[in-house]
Amino acid sequence: MSLLQPKTLKPMSTSEAIAYAVKQANVDVIAAYPITPQTIIVERLSEYVNNGELDAEYVAVESEHSAMSACVAASLTGARVFTSTASQGLALMHEVLYVASGLRCPIVMAIANRALSAPINIHCDHSDVMGSRDAGWVHIFVENAQQAYDRIFQAFRLAEDNDILLPVGVNLDGFFLSHAVEGVATISDSEAALFLPPRKAKYYIDSSMPMTFGAFALPDWYFEIKYQVVEAMEKVPKKLAEVEEAYYKMTGRMYGHVGAYRTEDADVCLICAGSAAATAKFSVARMREKGIKAGLLSIRLFRPFPVESILPHVKDAKALIVMDRAMSPGAPSAPIGQDIKTMLYDAGLNIPVANFVYGLGGRDISAAEFESITTKVIEDLKAGRPIERGVKYWGVRI
Amino acid sequence: MAEVEKIILPGGIIDRPGSTLDYKTGTWRVKKPVVDLNKCTGCLLCWIYCPEPAIRKRDDGKIEFDYDYCKGCGICSVECPTKAIKMEEE
Repeated sequence: MSLLQPKTLKPMSTSEAIAYAVKQANVDVIAAYPITPQTIIVERLSEYVNNGELDAEYVAVESEHSAMSACVAASLTGARVFTSTASQGLALMHEVLYVASGLRCPIVMAIANRALSAPINIHCDHSDVMGSRDAGWVHIFVENAQQAYDRIFQAFRLAEDNDILLPVGVNLDGFFLSHAVEGVATISDSEAALFLPPRKAKYYIDSSMPMTFGAFALPDWYFEIKYQVVEAMEKVPKKLAEVEEAYYKMTGRMYGHVGAYRTEDADVCLICAGSAAATAKFSVARMREKGIKAGLLSIRLFRPFPVESILPHVKDAKALIVMDRAMSPGAPSAPIGQDIKTMLYDAGLNIPVANFVYGLGGRDISAAEFESITTKVIEDLKAGRPIERGVKYWGVRI
Repeated sequence: MAEVEKIILPGGIIDRPGSTLDYKTGTWRVKKPVVDLNKCTGCLLCWIYCPEPAIRKRDDGKIEFDYDYCKGCGICSVECPTKAIKMEEE
């Protein structure tokens, strides 16, 4: 067993780590269209296929709409299918995302999160995936190259489980992660094959046993078929935990539905998703040295929203600070803020939530800024001032 | 849902070929086509144009309707070169 043995780390960008994992996952079909900042993922995969290192069908399509359509069709044949996109590409896929989940296609897609036009911008925020969050996909956020690499294997095993059969998006911050090179511990091809045997689809397109896929459903059945996605989604947290347990036994690495740091006695808990979690963690460590009782909870499983995993970490906090890298113009909260507040309401908790939109279009956020945001909330608490509710836009020049 | 799960497969897949036969689209009809066999020449243009397989060829070469599936669109009536098909109230 390789467990707990020192690992040789390979330098890889998160994009390269994902492509390498997809190769080791031995996918059957890749249909993709290159878009910044995801391009390196599909470039590497096309090289693997071209070199004969990966025996897969690589479909170079003319748009992301076609990419997802080809993925749906390939997935329905029982194949293991991967694609990757970002920003406008995900937006162009939008209608087919619902087809993928509705037809229960266990496609895995890496999304290199990038801002949406206009104004045109190629850098990171989460506007792309937040616009697609109701499409019936499981969404996982990663915080570094290692998580991205590991989550690809977990994503396939989760998606292809016949109790789940949902597409999974693995979200990595564009540029901050996609183009950042880090040391990555990899598993061997034989370990990958052991963890992820070939997909065993129960129902698939086969001319020797004809079935109808994607039949018309009128008001008498549409609701019930859509409800299947809800039922499958409810099974995800437990199933992902099982998948992670198996992966942990092989690698010693486990991430959970959330990443909690010093939440147990925190007065104020920061909540965020993606690469900013690492910055926030550093910031919390520094604040703790100064005696500021801050904590961090990073959302790693975003859909389904892991309420059961989040609540124990935040229920005793005096205030929460939810950092959203996407906005929802006109809404009472930004996307993660909405979920957190709904969760608190359902749990009968009236913990004040300060909701900030930050870092749009790739604007960086520093540890000092996290500290500044947290300190202000803690000062308000100490002075007995009410926490400013509603959405605030951190750092925007107005 | 337990009862429903027995009926619908994941994603609404239908694993029994030809099950569309069970879906009687004739209930959608407002007007029904009626053929005047004296005018029908058996050219089968209506059979070609019918969007459903709702027109059958009889042994004598003329046509009849399958009212289980005829949705009453009236295309046959428009296309019939001898005006042998009239649309009548149900």
